[in-house]
Amino acid sequence: MQSLLEIKNLTKKFSLGSIISRLRITAVDNVSFGIKPAEIFTLAGESGCGKTTIAKMILGFEEPTSGAIVHKGRRLKKREKVWFTQGVQAIFQDPFGTFNPLRRVDCYFFEAVHNYKLARDKKEAQELINRKLKSVGLSFEEISGRYPSEFSGGQLQRVSIARSLLIDPSLLIADEPVSMVDASLRMSIMNLFKKLREEFGVSVIYITHDLATAYYISDRVAIMFRGNIVEMGPVEKVLMEAKHPYTKLLRNSIPEVDPGKRWSGKITLSDIEHEEYLREGCKFAGRCPRAMDICKREAPEDIYVDGILVKCHLYRRNRILIKNGKERQNSQHLK
Amino acid sequence: MVRVVKDLFKDYRFAFSFSIFCLLVIFAALSTFSPYDPTFWFHAPRNLPASWTHFLGTNSKGQDIFWQATFAIRNSLIISVIAGVVSRVIAVLVGLVAGYRGRTTDRVLMFISDGLLVMPLFLIIVLLAMLVRERMNLVNLGLLLAFFGWAWDARVIRSQVLSLREREFTQTAILSGTGTLKLVIKEYLPFVTPLVFSTLINNMSWAIGMEITLSIVGLTNMDIPTLGTMLQWAISYQSLLLGLWTWLLTPVILSIFLFIALYWLSVSISEYLDPRTRVQRVGEK
Amino acid sequence: MSVLTAEKLKSFYVLDILGAEKVVKAVNEVDLEIRENEIYGIAGESGCGKTTLLKALYASIEPPLRLISGRVFYVRDSQEIDVYSLSKEEKRRLRWEYIAYIPQGAMSVLNPVIKLKQTYRDFLDSHVAGKTKKEAFDMTREHINKLGLPAKILDAYPHQLSGGMRQRVTIALAALLKPRIMFADEPTTALDVVVQRGVIQLLKGIQEILGNTIVLVTHDMGVHANLTDRIGIMYAGKMIEEAKTEEIFGNSLHPYTQYLINSLPKFGDKGSRESAPGSPPSLVDLPSGCPFHPRCPYAFDICTEQMPEFLDVGNHHKVACWLMKEGKDAIAS
Repeated sequence: MQSLLEIKNLTKKFSLGSIISRLRITAVDNVSFGIKPAEIFTLAGESGCGKTTIAKMILGFEEPTSGAIVHKGRRLKKREKVWFTQGVQAIFQDPFGTFNPLRRVDCYFFEAVHNYKLARDKKEAQELINRKLKSVGLSFEEISGRYPSEFSGGQLQRVSIARSLLIDPSLLIADEPVSMVDASLRMSIMNLFKKLREEFGVSVIYITHDLATAYYISDRVAIMFRGNIVEMGPVEKVLMEAKHPYTKLLRNSIPEVDPGKRWSGKITLSDIEHEEYLREGCKFAGRCPRAMDICKREAPEDIYVDGILVKCHLYRRNRILIKNGKERQNSQHLK
Repeated sequence: MVRVVKDLFKDYRFAFSFSIFCLLVIFAALSTFSPYDPTFWFHAPRNLPASWTHFLGTNSKGQDIFWQATFAIRNSLIISVIAGVVSRVIAVLVGLVAGYRGRTTDRVLMFISDGLLVMPLFLIIVLLAMLVRERMNLVNLGLLLAFFGWAWDARVIRSQVLSLREREFTQTAILSGTGTLKLVIKEYLPFVTPLVFSTLINNMSWAIGMEITLSIVGLTNMDIPTLGTMLQWAISYQSLLLGLWTWLLTPVILSIFLFIALYWLSVSISEYLDPRTRVQRVGEK
Repeated sequence: MSVLTAEKLKSFYVLDILGAEKVVKAVNEVDLEIRENEIYGIAGESGCGKTTLLKALYASIEPPLRLISGRVFYVRDSQEIDVYSLSKEEKRRLRWEYIAYIPQGAMSVLNPVIKLKQTYRDFLDSHVAGKTKKEAFDMTREHINKLGLPAKILDAYPHQLSGGMRQRVTIALAALLKPRIMFADEPTTALDVVVQRGVIQLLKGIQEILGNTIVLVTHDMGVHANLTDRIGIMYAGKMIEEAKTEEIFGNSLHPYTQYLINSLPKFGDKGSRESAPGSPPSLVDLPSGCPFHPRCPYAFDICTEQMPEFLDVGNHHKVACWLMKEGKDAIAS
């Protein structure tokens, strides 16, 4: 199956600081992954790992420092307006920030219909909008003439999804869509994403730090840490049989909804954030419970283990090593 | 809308200033009934005290002070309204475009704006006024003042736009396909409007003050009655020494009332629009 | 031994929106009894009134929020203190020494232009007189170390630390004067998951060391499961269920609590899950009788007419639901 979206060696560097002391931070470091049609792909990681920056680069809001983004076989130009040309839409974390508090919510719908020429007159436009709203469990009468403050967070987020569905997108980028919605209402939105994939064939890039919801809806997941993808593969394998120590940490930090399974051990957190970005070698070495000497000197390569991509020295001696795009059977020659 | 006005009236400052302002506007409107042409001299005996035929007496040029004052208020208000409105329009356009576009457009526009802020306004206006003295009428004076009044607010509006640009609804509008100009007007203008409205009133105050100053210095057309020119004539005819109180005090008192009214209008409206103070006042009833 | 009691607490927001008066019934007759040496959690959706309940318990009620009726008692040295009858000065002395409040987004209280050790010293100075610079610093360092935080952070400015560290430093600051009761409002919301774990660890550590009471408000049931001893579930301004944590998760009785527990995703289980249908009611326009009846699958007539009482059904498990009395007969028939 031809992939819908291919990210190839994407890198983004930012400069911070003043004239006197400049820091170059690599927010996204040589990231590559692909997305198939009708697939839910999760980019998981804590804040500062680069997942939002990748989303911005796909949408054309930021320009990559190097690397390529290929959509439906065609390489995207710099800052290309993908929402116009490619049918890519996005929904954001804060439903109340997504809409202008001083404007009625339906304005955005009518504007989109007008700008993308989706209907010939007002009646058709209203029908189209009503259809899209019905697919998220709302209706036109419910939202007509109302301001964002009159809705709850969960409802407003669904309105936001309906708006993005107007142009029948092939790819939806959802940046932390439920982190500001109450825990008890999250499921209805998660189920909605599932429905979009099954009924409309929409692919979703789900960006989050909550692995529990990621487990619930995704097909594949990529765990990111400070700009690198440290583990990637089918969600069952990555989350249930975590290989990279950071994935394990992330997985174990989710509080289990069961008082019988409380945490026993303690964890260490990073004190000063910059340091980790600028580290030589593996960026997680400072906090990793299984760090070795080589981890502090050399950055690990991408290694395939058991169908999963892992970026960790622990798996050096493994079956297939991918170098420069060519597969090499190394197992007999490695000690 | 009616509720907003009712709420505003609960603030004594608004009630007072709004009524004063209304009275002054009515006073200005009376000028249409004036039996005398304001530019003519000697249509009445000079230096008469207040009486029933001449409500505030007459001045040394033989003009009825009361009717002169109605014209004076009318003209001053016209100048300040022109100055205020035109400068707001320029400030909003410059601020919105500079804030949203950024980079070169922003740099150029802010360079011009900063230049106008830094220049010694009074000297430049005096210079220009001297040059166009012959063709100085109400509209020209208003436009001249407008040209120098937009710079400060353009910067303020620009900073608000800079912060609005980072908010997520900007991205929603972009994703809905909206172009730059439409986006800026539909999305940002509602945020900027309260600011613009309160600075409009401030700007009007400034314009009146400026006009009075220019008149005292003798740079405006002395035949057109305004608060400033009335004052200037009164001073140059030694009304203080001669005890011609009505002539001297009429423009002074009218100006004072006008300034207080405009100031209190501006303060009460901007306080009303600020949501934080509203929340505090509620619940104390 | 109860350390904090609330009796029939009613606290509403009285708003004046464009001339029309709106009353938001945020805390609509709540009875609470919190004991010493326990962690009590208050759970519920946003807009159910839990933050307001916390403010009312902390006696920080300011317009437009008003206390309509009810009382709040603290028990200090075996004496009952009615918080709302205290003067401003007496309240101030209680604060931070006896009770501490950690608001949402607490990390923003740190002054960005002074070093952390200075913040701590200023804090100490305003409550404990007569400590020299060195004594204050030693006290602070000991306190920080005990809680498992590295002492070198005291020499840093707030912006040099990570978000998680700032949150924990602020919580440690609240615990500095060893308060008997600590109120924490959504301490883990908007934090990364690993940082969340660090904060939960810290709160647990504080409670173990000081042996005090922590009242924790959050909508995240996972945090409750991991940290609390007892939980109270709030819905539309009312307390509808209260029990030991194990009871709430294993044997919840109120239909809303059941929805709440069942809608949470669990690892290893990709089976479909559902949230409660509909949305929580507006606190301005509450439904008659039990506020949950429009969304409740078991609702019957009396639910629309009368609010059920908050009754103990055994084992200190309290529920406010008609199912407990009438329901059993109604379902049987």
